[in-house]
Amino acid sequence: MTQSSREAGATRRKMLAGALSVLVVRPARATPESMAAAIQAFVGGVEVRKGRVALDAPPLVENGNSVPIKVTVESPMTSQNFVRTVAIFNEKNPQPNVATFHLSPHCGRAMVSTRIRLGDSQNIVAIAQLSDGTFWSDTAELIVTLPACAET
Amino acid sequence: MIRLPPRTRWGAAAGLMVLGLSPAFAAEIPLAERRSGFDFMSRDSQALQHDDTANPGMLLVLDGEMLWNSMAGAAGRSCADCHGAALVSMKGVAARYPAYNAEHRRPIDLQGRINLCREVKQNATPFAWESPELLALAAYVAHQSRGMPITAGEDPRLQPFIERGRALYEQRQGQLNFSCANCHDDNWGQKLGGSVIPQAHPTGYPLYRLEWQAVGSLQRRLRNCMTGVRAEPYPLGSPEFVDLELFLMFRAWGMPIETPAVRP
Amino acid sequence: MARVLINVPPTAKRGQIIEIKALISHPMETGFRTGPDGNLVPRNIIKRFTCNYNGEEIFSADLFPAIAANPFLSFMVAATETGLIAFQWIDDQDQVQLETAKITVE
Repeated sequence: MTQSSREAGATRRKMLAGALSVLVVRPARATPESMAAAIQAFVGGVEVRKGRVALDAPPLVENGNSVPIKVTVESPMTSQNFVRTVAIFNEKNPQPNVATFHLSPHCGRAMVSTRIRLGDSQNIVAIAQLSDGTFWSDTAELIVTLPACAET
Repeated sequence: MIRLPPRTRWGAAAGLMVLGLSPAFAAEIPLAERRSGFDFMSRDSQALQHDDTANPGMLLVLDGEMLWNSMAGAAGRSCADCHGAALVSMKGVAARYPAYNAEHRRPIDLQGRINLCREVKQNATPFAWESPELLALAAYVAHQSRGMPITAGEDPRLQPFIERGRALYEQRQGQLNFSCANCHDDNWGQKLGGSVIPQAHPTGYPLYRLEWQAVGSLQRRLRNCMTGVRAEPYPLGSPEFVDLELFLMFRAWGMPIETPAVRP
Repeated sequence: MARVLINVPPTAKRGQIIEIKALISHPMETGFRTGPDGNLVPRNIIKRFTCNYNGEEIFSADLFPAIAANPFLSFMVAATETGLIAFQWIDDQDQVQLETAKITVE
């Protein structure tokens, strides 16, 4: 390895490290623009950090018509410090929005479950807005297998 | 159980291999190896069936309860007026259906029985096959047998109809030329596309199928399989379907009722 | 409008955090499907869900066509006082479904 390529490698690593620490709902693979736009509309240009949010979803989905997901956000849920909003986005459905949940300190715990539709294998993203105005996120990759004998 | 000459078997083997199935010719499933479709589902789908406050099939059971107690027809009678509390009177009933009907001299399934009651006892128009009302009442009645073992086919008068159902189960059909047995006796547990092939025990009907996003009957499921092998499905409510239902219930003898089940 | 299944524990200790589950029958027609006649089936989804605890809104949701048919929601609530927990669903046709559950806090 030449000196210059080693430097380039180091720079790339530094850039990667930087990207990961701030990141960010911009995964390495191409994120469809509509999801990025929907996320921008939700966060209004504020930086989204990875962490505090746990998005639970089955890695292998039997039927995309009903996919259980659960979002948990680390928060004391007091009137001074609570989760205001949790929004779910997807990459490949016709629309990027899935659901937006509005929580309050009265919830006691920031945990929400629902069942969603997925038209294809894809990433889904959960973003939480805390009462201090910060945004946190988690991403889950789901593989959807469809039943073999389609109904006509 | 396949009773075909070897050449036909190899033809079938080639066909199955095209679909990525192994050409293992098992006989009928031994009693100890019988498993409900529940066991082949993901943990998430199992959890959905097990939680009565999350299982969407329970919404239809509640509709059925309301219909059970509602007056209908010129007779102005509800199901409950004759049968009382379904909790008591319907316990175990679904487990022995399809049952022999002396007047028609052939078996009728639970939906058929409900519609007969509607026609004869309530003087009301029978519900359409696969209508939400008929499914709701059938789901409510079958739910009263949840956990009870299937006992269908005990009446000796049903014997010829069980045999007819068995023959349909083993008969090759459609452009793909498959019998039910080719998949569900010989290749259960294998994959067809991304889905596991179950053993085809009708333990949980009417059930909530994620693919349908709704509750449907065993006959609807059988139609799906027939279209799947590119065969012309029998009409809903036809004697062929009832005989097939009877054979499948007889084949699942002793397995517990799960209504309303959830399936992918 | 619809059949609803709600799960709220009838009693709870003061300050206890309980799980609430709400299930409602609804086709959640996406507006992206074509019917047998080849035309698009018009969208009809439940677009909004709210939960009030003794009159105060404590949780709500904006739903999109990506929510499965027969929408299911579960969330947490701190049991602070005896009273009524009220649920409301509104769909695209402005059909409203209201349900309530009693909770006794000891």
